[in-house]
Amino acid sequence: MLEIRNLHARIAADGTEIIRGLNLTVKAGEVAAVMGPNGSGKSTLSYILSGREDYEVTEGDILYNGESILELDPSERAAKGIFLAFQYPVEIPGVATMQFLKVAMNEQRKFRGEDELSTPDFIRRVKEAAASLQINPDMLKRPLNVGFSGGEKKRAEILQMALLEPKLCVLDETDSGLDIDALRIVADGVNALRSPDRAVIVITHYQRLLEYIVPDSVHVLYRGQIIKSGDKSLALDLEANGYADIIDAAA
Amino acid sequence: MNMQTAITMTAAETVLVDAYTAQIGELPGEGAVLSARDTLLADLKKQGLPTRRVESWHYTDLRALLRSVPAADPTAFAQRVDPLVDGSSVLSVLNGKADPKGAPAGVNVRSYRESLIDGVAAADLVERDADDAIGRINGSFVRDGFEIEVTEGTELEQPLELQLVQSAGQSHMRFPVTFGANSKAMVIERHLSVSDAPSLVTTVCDLIVDDGAEITWIILQQQGEADSHLAQVNFDLGANASLRLFVINAGGKLVRQEVHGVTTGEGSDFKLRGINLLGGETHTDVTFTLGHDVPNTTSTEVIRNVLFDRAKGVFQGQIRVAPDAQKTDAKMACNTLLLSDDADFSAKPELEIFADDVQCGHGATVIDINPTHLYYLRARGIPENKARAMLVNAFVDEIVEELEVEAVIEPLEAIIAIWLEKHA
Repeated sequence: MLEIRNLHARIAADGTEIIRGLNLTVKAGEVAAVMGPNGSGKSTLSYILSGREDYEVTEGDILYNGESILELDPSERAAKGIFLAFQYPVEIPGVATMQFLKVAMNEQRKFRGEDELSTPDFIRRVKEAAASLQINPDMLKRPLNVGFSGGEKKRAEILQMALLEPKLCVLDETDSGLDIDALRIVADGVNALRSPDRAVIVITHYQRLLEYIVPDSVHVLYRGQIIKSGDKSLALDLEANGYADIIDAAA
Repeated sequence: MNMQTAITMTAAETVLVDAYTAQIGELPGEGAVLSARDTLLADLKKQGLPTRRVESWHYTDLRALLRSVPAADPTAFAQRVDPLVDGSSVLSVLNGKADPKGAPAGVNVRSYRESLIDGVAAADLVERDADDAIGRINGSFVRDGFEIEVTEGTELEQPLELQLVQSAGQSHMRFPVTFGANSKAMVIERHLSVSDAPSLVTTVCDLIVDDGAEITWIILQQQGEADSHLAQVNFDLGANASLRLFVINAGGKLVRQEVHGVTTGEGSDFKLRGINLLGGETHTDVTFTLGHDVPNTTSTEVIRNVLFDRAKGVFQGQIRVAPDAQKTDAKMACNTLLLSDDADFSAKPELEIFADDVQCGHGATVIDINPTHLYYLRARGIPENKARAMLVNAFVDEIVEELEVEAVIEPLEAIIAIWLEKHA
């Protein structure tokens, strides 16, 4: 589903290279965990997948279902099924949450040549998804993410993901700032979306989230490259011994 | 400011002065009213229209900007439209002619023409100060309007709409309004244009808000792209009274909306909320002065401006706190979204504080669309142009939402959305 080939990317504003020859393949149905120490390029990778224009790809390619997505803008990538759950969801005063959800769902449908959702159908979908994520309906009456707690913001991201039904989900440190109950709710939400035709990339610092969202593969990102890949036991190994041994071995 | 030397009159000044002479005997009112008019016109003639050398007109050089004045057009035709909010009581003024029928129970209305004819209006026809060009022009030519009294304790369930429809020519109107003690009302002052012909509209509203009254006054200005609109609201707030004044400018070529108020009763609260949607070649000026004259009064002012094309905008906000007006709490903010390199906005806040135990602040920002907000919306599949429109809308919608009444919010949001669609 996703194939990243020898990717090099830098910050557009100052030219700092962050991703330095990254290779990663994720198959449909797979849950891949990307772990790594601070500053290794994890969030940058997620932004580049989503098409954020603050980063420039200088070499390599990103293939999604066999096609390069480098020329697609963020909204086209989203409409094709790539979803990034943000580490820091953005508060947007003045944009009502329900309006945002409706516009996003319908714009994606329009892009794919599908009919717009009727309002009752839309409301039913939101209610069902919100209930399963234990989201208080009052939260949806507020402006987008405004005044949400850290945990509420993360749940709102998963709600968006459930409603938009993407094919490739990228979760950027979705576990940060969550207490254990919220972590379980969010993980259940993600697990409910696991399916043979959907891939998930879980970006995280800690093994903790991976106890709830059990990955099929684990990849260690360091200085803009994947330096080691393995199965879920690699995450346990990292939790026990830290990154130092793997970094030393790769050097 | 006084100009001692005789000036050469501009085309617009000449038309105004000549029009006055031409209308002698035709303008309603005699005796004291007529001599008040004469005084105002004599001052207009002597001083001319204000220029940038007059401080309060520094950013709106009326003499340079008001290039022409459309002649009165007796054949112009205008008719009523549906009210903004379903179920409103409507008092209409069509091309300057007021129809005092349609007031709800508890509201007494008579046409201002009658006040001019019987001389009651003479006391109104004075200048606020030496720079009061709007009062001068309006007072010289005023023909009609409404004198409105919302009686003590009256609570209006539905809005009262003052529907001012202009199709061409000139209209000069006055609206002295008294809100009796503990009354509650929402008034929508709605300015519409129904043709492309240029027109000049001036209005002066003198609002007395008695003790304990809770009033929302919405000015929705949607005049035509060739129109000049000179308007003034004066208000006086009694004890524990509250006035929320919403000013929405979404039209007009040359617009000056003045708001001048004083708090004369303790515990009173004033809110000014402004939305200036400026596009094309418009020059729109909102000038505000507020005197906190007694202790324990509060005010907040929030102005949001969106500029496209070659639009120019001005906000002047002055808050004065009198020496014994302790515990005054006043906050003023002016935020501008500049969406064109050729657009221009001037903000001039002024605080004059003579009391020592007060909280006063002001801030002005000029911003572009927040790129992080834009990216977030696009990352959810919303195309860039649509995402931009949502964010511009959001910037002003925060103000509209403060109205809290869905029946009013919805039509205003629709008007804003249509305007943005046309100009974005």
